[in-house]
Amino acid sequence: MFAGVALLFVATGVFQSWNLSLQILIIGVLSSIMALGVNMQWGYAGLFSTGIMGSVALGGLAVVLVSGQPVPEGWAAGGPRLLIALAFGVLVIAAAVYLYNRLAAGTARRTAMILLLGAGFFAYRAILDPAVTAIEAFNPATAGNIGGLGLPSIVAWPVGALFAAAAAWAIGKVALGLRSDYLAIATLGIAEIILAVMKNEDWLARGVKNIIDLPRPWPVPYEVDLQADPAFVAQAANWGFTSVEASTILVKLLYLAVFGAVLLVLIFFSERALNSPWGRMMRAIRDNEVSSAAMGKNIKSRHLQVFIIGSAVVGLAGAMLTSMEGQLTPSNYTPLRFTFLIWVMVIVGGSGNNWGAVLGGLLLGWLWLIVENAGPVAMGYLTMPLPDGVLKAHLIEAAPHLRLITLGAVLLLVLRFSPKGLLPEK
Amino acid sequence: MDILNALVAFLNFVFIPGLAYGSQLALGALALTLVYAVLRFSNFAHGDTMAFGTMWVILITWALQSAGITGGVLPTALIALPFGIAITCAFVLATDRAVYRFYRTQKAAPIILVIVSTGIMFVMNGLTRVIIGPAEQDFADGARMILAPNDFKAWSGLAEGLALKQTTLITVIVAAICVAALFWFLQSTRTGKSMRAYSDNEDLALLSGINPERVVAITWIIATALAVIAGTLYGLDKSYRPFIYFQLLLPMAAAAVVGGLGSPLGAIAGGFIIAFSEVFVTYAWKKIVTYLVSADMAPDRLLQLLSTDYKFAVSFAILILVLLVMPTGIFKGK
Repeated sequence: MFAGVALLFVATGVFQSWNLSLQILIIGVLSSIMALGVNMQWGYAGLFSTGIMGSVALGGLAVVLVSGQPVPEGWAAGGPRLLIALAFGVLVIAAAVYLYNRLAAGTARRTAMILLLGAGFFAYRAILDPAVTAIEAFNPATAGNIGGLGLPSIVAWPVGALFAAAAAWAIGKVALGLRSDYLAIATLGIAEIILAVMKNEDWLARGVKNIIDLPRPWPVPYEVDLQADPAFVAQAANWGFTSVEASTILVKLLYLAVFGAVLLVLIFFSERALNSPWGRMMRAIRDNEVSSAAMGKNIKSRHLQVFIIGSAVVGLAGAMLTSMEGQLTPSNYTPLRFTFLIWVMVIVGGSGNNWGAVLGGLLLGWLWLIVENAGPVAMGYLTMPLPDGVLKAHLIEAAPHLRLITLGAVLLLVLRFSPKGLLPEK
Repeated sequence: MDILNALVAFLNFVFIPGLAYGSQLALGALALTLVYAVLRFSNFAHGDTMAFGTMWVILITWALQSAGITGGVLPTALIALPFGIAITCAFVLATDRAVYRFYRTQKAAPIILVIVSTGIMFVMNGLTRVIIGPAEQDFADGARMILAPNDFKAWSGLAEGLALKQTTLITVIVAAICVAALFWFLQSTRTGKSMRAYSDNEDLALLSGINPERVVAITWIIATALAVIAGTLYGLDKSYRPFIYFQLLLPMAAAAVVGGLGSPLGAIAGGFIIAFSEVFVTYAWKKIVTYLVSADMAPDRLLQLLSTDYKFAVSFAILILVLLVMPTGIFKGK
């Protein structure tokens, strides 16, 4: 199976270009990491969460906050006040949860909750708003945000995982008790809320104005630096490459090595976890909640645990993606690409099998990007007999969207004829 | 104090938009809840069914317009609507035959059906984008305004204008007709009764000789018709973009859950609750409050609880609140 996928990438390299093939492979590796995370939630524990996009976006946000350029003026303008406001918000919610648990159900509790949350909201806005105005007032054309810490990119990755895990804890506390379809709808909505916050809170990461110039992770160099390095140019000429070609390929190979190493480490631990008593317990809970509960397993906290771990892995991949792209573009996060595509990868690859998730990630990552690149070309051949005109132009223009149809068809076929996926769970 | 102007501003900026949006959501949520009641899964392809159906309505509208047929004062899309519904129904019934029926006979878990519906969602989304493209389309024609703000100002002598778009009125009327017809159908016809029986208890319904495939087919037809009508009304009233329709799945699902999944009455109530809360929370109340208080107390801030971009967040906050406090929704769904 893996050899077959490798062949696809080699064929892409030979027939299209090695640059494209490597590019797709890197995205495939990142998608595989995300698929590993989803596989933990769905494959191990049977949780259908459609909030993957939220975890990916939070990972990206972590990169901005940790390794973005510092904006000391912006921070000085309102940073501390902002922190106080956020802490106050958390405090109000904690107080509300405490009260909710302490008071008996009834009118008294309802009134208390409404009063507390209502007053809390207005007080929170009163503290927060001046800080936001102050921060966004500083140099809005290039900054207007609180800035990052300016730390190396690699430091941001675990922070991304941590952000996603923290969000997953809160989401899990609220939504994991729900029945399967409700959980799916609730998580889909929460991911949209996370994204809405990232798009609109300009002080955080400049919203839709985007953050650029995020540093690359060690040890990946910049192409321009390589091309300016005479030793590198000489070496490239020695192998018969132009310096531009050699530098882009070297950069991609280094990314591949870094991301591949992370993937291998994650697979090692996932395999160990899945084949440990913990993994057997998770699968037992998935297959029969009632009997596992009767054996003394705490279903709720185990679900919460695996939900958090899975989200953290997705957040890690999200952080890696953002630091590779070097910029955070909130409008790029769409549920089709970052939630449902990852789902299809897991299901097609084989739910419950770590290697299956990786296979699905590489295979569908390839399919997704190759249809985008090769689709218009293929459509060009297909429409050759047609006269030039509006229809032909429209068909060629629409060809990249064919990947949605392809993907849906692949998902439906796999679910129908091989519901366990390409590499079934052992 | 200027109560009249405040009232007109309230009607113009809060009540009328909320009413139109609520009607559109209610129709969409009805379709979602019907599918849930009879087929027992949340249909993730619902938003894309709306986009797909509305696309056909738009294409037929264009064809009619170029053939010289228009609706006169009314939008041409209303003539195209039945054809759009027919095409979409044919497509949805084909997907049921080719895809869903297999899992139904297997009695697959609801979550599998949800995943299957995401597959259908991908296909329909892709088809829509290939055929009409992801860009925004405007297909409203006919008279734009029933009541123009300036006419109202001249007539009443108030400072505030009241606008009533034709599409808004059409939305409310069509929604009311659809809801009335649906309830009559469910309560009084033999087929409607068999649908309710099947939804309440599948085994008993089978024992009493109800043909399940017929019930399922009729459910799909009604749900698809409602979805296409809701989609067309939304497109006429606002604008058509396939991506927005996918996002509409969220408030519609919230409306259905808030009202109680599986309860038609709940879906309508939920639609209006969600729509009005979205408008209430994201509207800047400064204007209305300025009319109501004395001049020196006029607020200098916008008095907006949340920025307009948090519309979806509002519907979800309500959804989560309802799920926590009364998980079966207002009208005791399933």
